[in-house]
Amino acid sequence: MKIGAFREVYLGEGRVALTPESAVQLGKLGHESLIEAGAGLAAGYEDSAYAAVGVTVLPTAAAVADAADVVVKVRGPEPAELALLHEGETLISFFWPAQNPELLEQARAKGVTVVAMDMVPRISRAQKMDALSSMANLAGYRAVIEAANNFPRFFTGQVTAAGKVPPAKVLVVGAGVAGLAAIGASVSLGAITYAFDVRPEVAEQIESMGAEFVYLDFAEAAQDGAATGGYAAPSSPEFRDAQLKKFRELAPEVDIVITTALIPGRPAPKLWTADMVALMKRGSVIVDLAAERGGNCDLTVPDEKIVTGNGVTIIGYTDFPSRMATQASNLYSSNIRHMLTDLTPKKDGVIDHNMEDDVIRGATVTKGGEITWPPPPPKVQAIAVQKPKEKPKELTPEERRANEVAAFKAQTRTQVGLLAIGGGLLLLAGWFAPASFMSHFIVFVLACFVGFQVIWNVSHSLHTPLMAITNAISSIIILGALLQIGSGNWLVVVLAALSVLMAGVNIFGGFLVTRRMLAMFQKS
Amino acid sequence: MEIGFTTAAYVVAAILFILSLGGLSGQESAKRAVWYGIVGMALAVAATLIGPGAGLWWLSVVLIAVGGAAGWVVAQRVQMTEMPQLVAAMHSLVGLAAVFIGYNTHLELLRVAGLDEAARGALTGFAAVVAHKTAVEISILRVETFLGVFIGAVTFTGSVVAFGKLAGKVDGKARKLPGGHVLNAGAALLSLILLLVYLNSGSTLALVGMTLAALFIGYHLIMGIGGADMPVVVSMLNSYSGWAAAAIGFSLSNDLLIVTGALVGSSGAILSYIMCKAMNRSFVSVILGGFGNTTGPAMEVTGEQVAIDAEGVAAALNDADSVVIVPGYGMAVAQAQQSVSELTRKLRARGKTVRFAIHPVAGRLPGHMNVLLAEAKVPYDIVLEMDEINEDFPQTDVAIVIGSNDIVNPAAQEDPNSPIAGMPVLEVWKAKQVFVSKRGQGTGYSGIENPLFYKENTRMFYGDAKKSLDALIPMIE
Repeated sequence: MKIGAFREVYLGEGRVALTPESAVQLGKLGHESLIEAGAGLAAGYEDSAYAAVGVTVLPTAAAVADAADVVVKVRGPEPAELALLHEGETLISFFWPAQNPELLEQARAKGVTVVAMDMVPRISRAQKMDALSSMANLAGYRAVIEAANNFPRFFTGQVTAAGKVPPAKVLVVGAGVAGLAAIGASVSLGAITYAFDVRPEVAEQIESMGAEFVYLDFAEAAQDGAATGGYAAPSSPEFRDAQLKKFRELAPEVDIVITTALIPGRPAPKLWTADMVALMKRGSVIVDLAAERGGNCDLTVPDEKIVTGNGVTIIGYTDFPSRMATQASNLYSSNIRHMLTDLTPKKDGVIDHNMEDDVIRGATVTKGGEITWPPPPPKVQAIAVQKPKEKPKELTPEERRANEVAAFKAQTRTQVGLLAIGGGLLLLAGWFAPASFMSHFIVFVLACFVGFQVIWNVSHSLHTPLMAITNAISSIIILGALLQIGSGNWLVVVLAALSVLMAGVNIFGGFLVTRRMLAMFQKS
Repeated sequence: MEIGFTTAAYVVAAILFILSLGGLSGQESAKRAVWYGIVGMALAVAATLIGPGAGLWWLSVVLIAVGGAAGWVVAQRVQMTEMPQLVAAMHSLVGLAAVFIGYNTHLELLRVAGLDEAARGALTGFAAVVAHKTAVEISILRVETFLGVFIGAVTFTGSVVAFGKLAGKVDGKARKLPGGHVLNAGAALLSLILLLVYLNSGSTLALVGMTLAALFIGYHLIMGIGGADMPVVVSMLNSYSGWAAAAIGFSLSNDLLIVTGALVGSSGAILSYIMCKAMNRSFVSVILGGFGNTTGPAMEVTGEQVAIDAEGVAAALNDADSVVIVPGYGMAVAQAQQSVSELTRKLRARGKTVRFAIHPVAGRLPGHMNVLLAEAKVPYDIVLEMDEINEDFPQTDVAIVIGSNDIVNPAAQEDPNSPIAGMPVLEVWKAKQVFVSKRGQGTGYSGIENPLFYKENTRMFYGDAKKSLDALIPMIE
C-alpha cells in the first residue's frame, strides 16, 4: 500500500505526519511512502532527506491524494483537503468528530475511511498510538518553558552574595498527561510546585512527580476516573465553589499558573476567574493549555499572549506541540506508524481494517460510506476499578488498655506457671541428689538461663556466625579430653588423643570461619 | 599450679564466652565478640594444660597444633555457600569427641573399681577424682556418662547425615525405613532399659548397646527430615552438641564445660524455635519429618507461566525507582551472589532504591543469605528481614525473586489446604511487577505448586540465576 503525507496547511503548523525514520519503519511493514514537497521543512526535514530513504516526493497534495491509498496528516483536514481524497481512501489524522459533524458527513458522503487519532481508546495496548498523550506531554513541558520565558525571576531559590532569591511557586491545575509533564519540568527547574485535580486518585501520581497535591476540604463521593476512561468528568456546583475558593486563597501566593483542565466533548471549564487574576502579583504568568477549547482562564485570548492591567502575563497559545515541531513530528509520526502496524497485522503491506479490534474500531469514525462514530464501549476496561480501601479498626484507648492488661496478665500467668514447675522440679532433684551434684547443677541451670537471655538479642542476620561460633565454643569439650589424656590406660589415652585432635580442628575451624564471615559484613 | 588458678581462669573464660555470644547482637560488636571467644578458649585450654589433672601435655599441644592446622586449612578454603555443610561436619566432630570422652570416663571407672585402697590413693588426675566418689555419686556419674554418650552419638550420626544431605551426597528427600518412628521410639526405649542395666551393673555391654541404638536414632531421625527443614535440623544438632558437652561436664565435674555446654545448648534450642516459628511449624512436626497433614485438596492453580527475556527485565529495571530482591537457596546454588551484588551496585548508582528481603528460613541455614550477600559486599543496611519490608511491597516497582520458592508462595495465605498454609511469607506479588529467576518450570524443594508464578504481574526469567543476571547487567543503563 502507498502511504502519503500532506503538507499541513494550517497557519503556523510545523509538524508533519511522516518523518524519514517512520518512513523506513513503514517500509519494513511493506508499505511505500509518498510525501508532498516541503511538508517536513518546518519540522527540520528537507525533501532530500525523504528522498534519501526512498520516499517519493510529489509536488502537490492532489498528486499525493491520487497516488496514495492511505493519507496521513496531523491537524484535522480542511474541507478542501478532504475533497482531494477519492473513494475508498483512508485518512489517518486528528479529526475531533464531536466538534466537526459537517466534516464527518463530508467524509461519509465521499466514501473515505477516517481513522481519528483523537479517538484511540485509552487502554494499555493502545498507548503507543495515543497521540493525544504524546502531544500533551510536549505541551506540558513547553508550557513551563514559555512561562519561564515570560517570568522575570528565577525558578529555583538561591542564596547568593548579592542577596536571597525566593523560589517560584507554580500551580498546575489538572494532572493529566500535560499536567504531569508540566509538574515534572517545573520541579526539575527548581520551583515549588503545587498541583490540583478533581480526581483524588491522581494525588499519588502528583506526589510521585515531586509536587504537592492541593487537597480540597470537601466531602463528596470521589470521582472515579475508571468510570470515564481515565478522563475527568464535570463536577457538581458545590464542588466547583469549594475549588474556586481554594484557588482564590492560592492566587496571591503563586507566581505561575498552568491550567490543563479539559473535559472530553465539552468546552474547557472556567477555573481561573478574572478576580483571581487581579489578586496575582505583578509579573506572574498564566499559561492556559486549554485555550483552544475556550480556556480555563476568563481572560485567555486563544493564540495570543496578553498582559493584564496588573502586570500578569496570560499565554493562550494553542500550538505548543508545533513550537517543538521536530520532536512533535517524531512522536506523532511514530504514533501513526504504530497505528499502521496494527492495521497491517501480517506485515505484508496489505491493510486489514479489522473492525473487531477494540483500538481500530474505536478510532474509526467513518468506513465504507457509514458513520461509525460514536464507537461501542471497549471490551477491555481502561483502568481497573479502584477498590475502596479498608481501614484497620481503630481501638479506643480503653480497649487498648484492656488489651494490654489482659496480655500482661496472661504473660504473668505463664511466667509464674513455668517458674513454679521449674522450681518444683529443681527442689525434687535436690531432695535426692548429693551436694556435689547440686553445686554443678546450679551452675548448669544458671548458664542455661544466661544463654536464653543472651541469644534472644542476637540479630537475625548473624545467625550463621552464631552457629559457627557456638560450634567453636562447644569444642570446649577438649578440656575433658585433656584431663583424661594423662591416664594410665592406653585405650583411654588413644580415645582422649583422638578427641583432642577433633576438638582442635573444630576450635580453629569454627573461630576462623566466624571471623571470615563477620569481616564481610560492611555498611554502605 | 594450684586448682584455684584453674578455677579462676575458668570463670574468666565463661564470662568471655557469654560476652562473645552477647556481642553478636550487632554487626560491629560481633567482630569484637569473636576475639572474646578466641581468648576465652585459649585461656581455658592453657589453664587446663598447666593446671592439676592434665598429663602428657606435650602430646596434647602437638595434637591441638595438628588439628588446628587442619581446621585452619578448612576454614580458609571453604566456600561461603558450603557453610551449612561445614557447620554440620563440625557438629559431628563434637558429637564423636563426646562419645570418646564418655567412654574414657567409663573405662576409668572400671579401672578404679578394680584397684585396692592403696593403689587408689596413689592415683592422679581424673582417676583420683573418680576414686573419691561415694556410691551415690558413682551412680550419678554413670547416668551423666550415659547421657553424654547418648547425646554425643545422636549428634554424630545425625550431623553426618545432615552433612551428606546438605552437600548433596545423600538424597535430600525425607526417607524412613519401614516402621518409621516406631523404630526410633523402640531404639529410645531400648536405650532407657540399657540405662537401668548400666546404672546397676556398670556393664560395658550395656553402654556399647546403647551407643549403637543412639547412632541408629541419629541416622534415622535426620534421614526422615526433608531438605526444606534443614535449617531447623542444623540448629537442633547445634543444640545437641552443646547438651552433650554439658553432660560430659557433669561427669567430669568441670563447671566450665557445663556452663559452655548450656550456653551452646540453649542457643541452638532458641535458633530451632525461631526457625520453626518462621515456618509456622511446630518443633514436633519438623522432627517427625515431612510436611504436616493436609485437610483437603490443594487449590487449583489457573493461568500460565509467562516467560520474559533479559531485555524485558532490563527495561523494567531501568524504569523502576524501587527494587526489592528476594534471594533464596537457588542463588547460593548458582553462585550468583556476586552478580546480584553487581546488579545492586549498578542500580544504586543510578539512584534507584534497591533493598533485599530475607525470609528467616531462606537458604539451608539460619542467616545463610545474609552471609552470602555480605561475602559479595552487599551493604548490610539495605538487607532487611521479612517484617521490616513486607508492608513496603505495594510501593515497590519491581520485585526480583532469585531462586526462592516456598518463602514467596501466596498459597500460604490464600489456600487453607496448602501444606504451608499459615506460614509467614514475603508478599512479593503485591509489587507492581515480579520477576522470578528460576532454572525451569516445576515445583521447588518442597514440591508445592506456587501460584505466584501464574500471577498476572509475574514474569518468569528462566535460566541459571548467574547466567541470567550476567546477561542482564550490561543492559542496565
